[in-house]
Order: sequence, then C-alpha cells, then structure tokens
Amino acid sequence: MPPDSLVDLHALQLDDARALLEHDAQNGDRETDESAVHYLQRVIDGLCDLSLKDPLTGLGNRRHFHGVLARAIETVARSGDSVLLLLLDIDHFKSINDTHGHLAGDQVLRAIADCLARCVRPVDTVARYGGEEFAVILPHCRPAFGRAVAERIRAGVAALAIDVAPLQTLSATISIGGAYAPEWVRSTADLWIERADQQLYRAKTEGRNRVCLDQPRELAVSAEEKGLLFSQLELDELALPGPAPTRVNA
Amino acid sequence: MNEALTPAAPDAADNPPVQPIGKVIAVTSGKGGVGKTFVSANLAAALAKRGLRVLVLDADLGLANLDVVLNLYPKLTLHDVFTGKATLDEAILPAPGGFSVLLAGSGMVEYSRLTPEVRGEFLRVVHSLVPRFDVIVLDTGAGISDVVLFAVSLASEVLMVATPEPTSLTDAYATIKVLVGQQQRDRVRLVVNQTTRAGSGVAITHQLQQVLDRFVVSSLGRPFTLSHLGDIPADPEVRQAVMRRQLLMQSQPTCPASTAISQIARVMAEKFVSKAG
Repeated sequence: MPPDSLVDLHALQLDDARALLEHDAQNGDRETDESAVHYLQRVIDGLCDLSLKDPLTGLGNRRHFHGVLARAIETVARSGDSVLLLLLDIDHFKSINDTHGHLAGDQVLRAIADCLARCVRPVDTVARYGGEEFAVILPHCRPAFGRAVAERIRAGVAALAIDVAPLQTLSATISIGGAYAPEWVRSTADLWIERADQQLYRAKTEGRNRVCLDQPRELAVSAEEKGLLFSQLELDELALPGPAPTRVNA
Repeated sequence: MNEALTPAAPDAADNPPVQPIGKVIAVTSGKGGVGKTFVSANLAAALAKRGLRVLVLDADLGLANLDVVLNLYPKLTLHDVFTGKATLDEAILPAPGGFSVLLAGSGMVEYSRLTPEVRGEFLRVVHSLVPRFDVIVLDTGAGISDVVLFAVSLASEVLMVATPEPTSLTDAYATIKVLVGQQQRDRVRLVVNQTTRAGSGVAITHQLQQVLDRFVVSSLGRPFTLSHLGDIPADPEVRQAVMRRQLLMQSQPTCPASTAISQIARVMAEKFVSKAG
C-alpha cells in the first residue's frame, strides 16, 4: 500500500478523470475494499478506453483506427497477410441533418454504426473516422472475398429502417471505397488511406450507394505464365551447372 | 558550304557537351542478389570512361550497400542531406571508377518507409542532380516496395538486371508487369548477368517479350517493348573483384565481364544517353 499522501495527490488530480468516466456511465467510484493502486489502475484503464472511443456511436475513434492501421501495416510487411481497408461515407448526410434535424442525424449515425459492427467479424475493426465517415480494417480478408464483404455492408445499411421519431423512420445509403495493403510490402498509412479514399471518391462520383475497390497490384504470375516463360528456353539457356566458362587469357 | 569549315560533330565520348545531359536511369531487379549494385557501379565506370559525367545514387534507402561494393565509408551521406546536416556538394564523393557517388549511409534505415517527407527530399535531391550530370544512375532495391517504385518512377530509362535462373526471370517478369500497370512504362531494358553461353540474353528477352505480349497490356494501349541491352558473362574475375571490394572495370578492365560492360555502356551512350534522348 503506497503512502496516503501519494494516493491523495492522485485523487486530487483524478477528479476530472472520474467526472469524465461517470459521465460515460462507467463506474468511477472507488469501491470500499479496493486498494488505491487498483483504483488508480482502473481509472487509467477507463481513461485509455475513453480516449479511443467515439462517444456517440461507441465505435473506435480516429486515434484507435490509426493505431490498428499501423499494426496492420507491420503485419502485412512481415507475414504477407491480405488486409483490406474500407472507407465508408453516408450519402447525402447533410440533407438528413438539414431536413430532420441533428438529433435525427445522430440516430442515423448510431444505427449505421451498429449495423457496421454487426456486419463484420470480431477480428475486424470498425471506427468512426470523421463526421459521417467510417473506416473498417479487415485482416485475413482474401482479395476474392473483399467485394462480397463490402457489398454485404452496403446492402445491410441500405436495408435499415432507422427510427428517428415516433412513427418516423428513415433510410440511408453509404458509399464504400476500399484498398488492400500491398502484400509483403511495408506501406504507409497515408498511401494506403489515399488509395482507399480515391476509391470512395470514385464510388461517390459514379452515383453513390456502391462499392469501389482498388485493384490489387498484379504481382501474381500464374502457372500458365510461368509455363510459357520457360517452355521455349533450352535448358542450357538457364543457369544450370555446367563446365566453367573458358577464360581467354591475355 | 565548305565542308572543311564545319566542325566535326563532337564525339560524346571525347567531348561531353557543356550542358549536362541529365539522363536519369534506374537500375532495378525483381529478385535481390542478381548483381544490381555491381552492374550500377561498373556501368557507371564504363560510362565515365567514355567521357560522361556520371553519378550513382544509392536509392536502396533501406538496405543500401553501394558503400560496401565501392569500399567507401564517408562521413557525410544522403542521410545528412535529407536531415539538413550537409549540403548536396558535401555528400557527393568521387568514386574509384572516375564517377561520383551519393551514398545512402546506414542511417537511412529510417527512410525505408516512403513518407511524403522522404518523397519530397528524394525528389529535391534528384532534381538538383539532373542539371549537373550527364547520367544519374539510381541503384534501387529489389522488388516492388513503395521506395523502389518511387525511385523507378523518377527515371526515364529502366535497366532490369536478371540472371538466367527461373526464379530471377519470374521475379523480373512480375516486376515489369507492375511497372507497366502502375507507371505506364512502354519500355524496359534487360541486362542478363552471369550468362554461361552466348545468345542467352537474346533468347531470354525474346521469351519474356512473348509472355508479356500475351498477358500484359499497357493501360494506354501501347505495345510494351523489352529491349535486350546486353549480357554479362559469368566470369571468375567478378567474384575476385567483389571479394576484394574493387571495381571490376578498374582491376580487370579486359576480362570478359568488363568487356561486356564496356559494350553495354557503348550501346547506352549511342542509343539513349544523348541530348536528343
């Protein structure tokens, strides 16, 4: 047990933190039999949690998103995993706000956030990236499945009936842009986000409520291509063990 | 007009034009360990021998090893230029073969990620080198990392180095695919290193071209050309020079590999290192 003076000092400085946690409906009160150290740790954990969450939707916030993306870049560089980044933007969100009010807008944001969280696997990360923009990071997502996942999310949101007032429901659509990290390559967050963002822009300009994915770099050389590469070459064209080249001595 | 009064066209080899040509050439490969840096350094020496002002830039920022090949360990490197600790002039060094080098230095590991800052610094350095040299050789890393693709994107000519091994050729093919798809390149020049018989390089180039014609369509609809620039025969002198950290063009200027490199330099000087090109 640390000296009382230390605990008192922390207690003083943690007043604001406790207020924040209480506001977020988490238990900021010190339990009677809890040691000061445990209490402090619990408050710090609560604050860390709070600093990574978006208060309106309960999703990860932009800071959380950037942390997960940085780790994904390292994983891709080391393991060659296929990781898909999706950026999603609610179509015509401003007009929802203007027509139905900001409270209705908040309801739409919450409903879509819940829907996104339901559409993905526990290993995926959903975050609120900006005002009406969300991001999803999908590790172990093979390129063949990327479009299907993104389409499922898009259709799921489009099918929502969002209650914004008694007897009033709204529907909304989203546009999705996505890009895979180049496998085995240490990319940068900026470049990766930029590629996904370009696709989001494309989805918007092509009419919204749609999915556009960046074509992954065609690195794969198919068996057919490999076969053709070597079929015509005679064996001795390729570097196979043979007599050492004769050296012309001056 | 009296022919005798017309000065003979100056031979690029003997009298470099006053105005530097400023040709940026990227040397790259699909697979590592095929002799990229060896080719860069010795080709630079061969071009310098023809009277051209040549600089080799260590563009393999993460795993630079031009310093090892040339046995040069300078105090000031590209790293210091990037961080503002040295001017470009302070970091440009004379190399043994009569050309200049700009070495990356071990501190460049932190630049192995292509951040917008690295991109900007790199671009700034290359831009200020162009008006000062006839040829700027970018010795890039292998493969298709962001840094490699960026360095290659700055060059007007790409030299792909490959050995006649199936893995090296497959990786060269894959890299060319990416260059065509991403940078709309319509020409890459192939140097086949460590060949064991005459004519290998021509046959390999022909075969790669056939597969490229079939599977790789340039997005602009232009045909893609893989040009065979030359072969460098397997030569025991190369290993000797590499182990002694000597420049082959200097230590064994008449061995088969050196002769081949001189020949490649001649083709380059005639075909695309000229004011017109």
